[in-house]
Amino acid sequence: MAFPGFKLTWQGRRKIKGGVHLESRKEFTADKPIVSDLLLPERLYLPLQQHAGQPAEPVVRVGDKVLKGQLLAAGQGSISAPVHASTSGTIVALEDFPAPHPSALPAPTFILEPDGEDRWVELGPEADPFGLAPEDICARVDAAGIVGMGGAAFPAAIKLSLGRRTRIRTLLINGGECEPYLSCDDRLMRERAAGIVDGIRIMLHSLGCRHAIVAVEDNKPAALAAMLEAARPHGFIEVAAVPSLYPMGWDKNLIRYLTGKEVPANGRSADVGVLLHNVQTAYAVQQAVRFGRPLIRRVVTVSGGAVAAPRNLEAPLGTLLSELLAYCGHRPDRTVRYVMGGPMMGDRLPHPHVPLIKGACGILALSAGEIQAEDAKPCIRCSRCVTACPVGLLPLEMMSRIRTGQTDAAVGFGLEDCIRCGSCSYVCPSRIPLVHYFKYGQGELMARREAQRKTEETNRLAAEKQRRLERTRQEAAQRKAQAQAAASGGAP
Amino acid sequence: MYILFAVISLTALGLALGFMLGAAARYFKVEDNPLVDEIERMMPGSQCGQCGYPGCRPAAEALVAGQAAATLCPPGGKALAEQLANKLSLEIDLAGLKEQAPMVARVSEATCIGCARCFKVCPTDAIVGAPKHIHAVIADACIACGKCVEVCPTECLGMHPVKTTLRNWRWAKPEPMAAGA
Repeated sequence: MAFPGFKLTWQGRRKIKGGVHLESRKEFTADKPIVSDLLLPERLYLPLQQHAGQPAEPVVRVGDKVLKGQLLAAGQGSISAPVHASTSGTIVALEDFPAPHPSALPAPTFILEPDGEDRWVELGPEADPFGLAPEDICARVDAAGIVGMGGAAFPAAIKLSLGRRTRIRTLLINGGECEPYLSCDDRLMRERAAGIVDGIRIMLHSLGCRHAIVAVEDNKPAALAAMLEAARPHGFIEVAAVPSLYPMGWDKNLIRYLTGKEVPANGRSADVGVLLHNVQTAYAVQQAVRFGRPLIRRVVTVSGGAVAAPRNLEAPLGTLLSELLAYCGHRPDRTVRYVMGGPMMGDRLPHPHVPLIKGACGILALSAGEIQAEDAKPCIRCSRCVTACPVGLLPLEMMSRIRTGQTDAAVGFGLEDCIRCGSCSYVCPSRIPLVHYFKYGQGELMARREAQRKTEETNRLAAEKQRRLERTRQEAAQRKAQAQAAASGGAP
Repeated sequence: MYILFAVISLTALGLALGFMLGAAARYFKVEDNPLVDEIERMMPGSQCGQCGYPGCRPAAEALVAGQAAATLCPPGGKALAEQLANKLSLEIDLAGLKEQAPMVARVSEATCIGCARCFKVCPTDAIVGAPKHIHAVIADACIACGKCVEVCPTECLGMHPVKTTLRNWRWAKPEPMAAGA
């Protein structure tokens, strides 16, 4: 920080709790450049919900001709993000289509037939981002439909506008990419470091913050060098190497390691004055604010043992994952599992005929040798999961409570603090699907909260009905009295 | 003058009687079990009668008297059962409790005659409509008590399972592991 241009900070800052050393398997894709000149598929499938929060509300009709980058559905509610056309063409349908989700349940989706012209809609004026007010930057990021591109898909504009409510001291840019196989952030940092740094400067301007740290795991020296080079002219952007230890990219881990601050259990990173964004989000922000381009494509890693030519692709959103896999030489006969995201925290998909969405950082077709067999054996209480847990929980105890239906007891062991990173399942010698138990347990808690809310709502509605009945009775009595008064007054 | 007498005497009478009533309410008060009140407040309060008792208060009384199980309230579901068991220190086997699939009422437009009977009995005002117009159910407000189904003269109202969507989808419990776990 003191010497601009020499800001590489090496490890040894803070002790990291738990974590596991994973085989990186990034070498399949890390050395090949991003392919961005893909042929357009026959159809694009754009779900209305590609983000956390409320689904977007359609603003075009079936049969409409749309241009590349045109708004298809606007965000609604306080947490939402709009959806734009990835190319020019015709909207042929708005119907239910399998969503990229472990259940692959159908969800409302725009089906767009490209016309092959790929013609841009008239974009907003290019502006000097540093002449814009912070609110205008947030508005542009919001209008561009940018969401967290590391996987959580939380609308980025909401996080950026936090700067006005909480004092943000440090903007942390997550280039950790600690999941095996994935290298899309690595490639982006190597190839478009200048764009990322520009995006970071725009975000800093919008937050009114003077300090940023880009965190890159030390197994990506090329990305680290590229980011250092790009950040050299800007003294307030620090580039830090962090150890490659899964889950280093977890926000609370990064914050503790780089700033020494501990985020409270139910708190957010903003509570300690830190905001975290992914490198791809920073790049998308730059594209949106400088050039007015909405988020309609992203870099995604296509890899796995059942893929002959794994690559990083910059693909239009809405392309079917099966088509991206086919482009990379997918062998369906060797595939035993499809995963969207990384192998540790990603979602297992029943089939790849689902669209690419904003939060998808990887598409993996894994072969039999790459997955853990699912034959759980009894727990031998070796406590390896306890050593591995980055949160400091007791996975074996939580699992035994959830298995016997004692969700409350599991909450007492910190079920709500579990980040579902999968480290415990990874190290378990009995191959107990620990993280699956915790996903189930957290789902139970969610269902219970939902039921609680419903009961309260029912209470309110029942009381409301009683009041309504009372009111109607009174009104009827009043009318009757008036009628009588009128009758007696009219005929004395 | 007579008027003044009347006013004074009636005021005095009113004050004296009011005071007596107040005193009676205080000294002759029938002690209710406060636990029943508390339990009643935890219940949905829609008086739907699915538990077999005429309303939420009788059900709460039965619970406190130990004549009913904590799992009696279908709209409250598992969450309420757990709360009730906690409150009353009852043992319940939640692992064995088969949660009923959530249901929601739906009007079949083809047979609805707009008789307006259903929305009069709906405890949560979940059915909207007007006489001689097709009625509709607000799914979010429906508690699946089935009262509307009973009064519908054309059987156009039916209970249907709630569709699983991305919003209410939850992870299934992992398969039980090998014996002895």
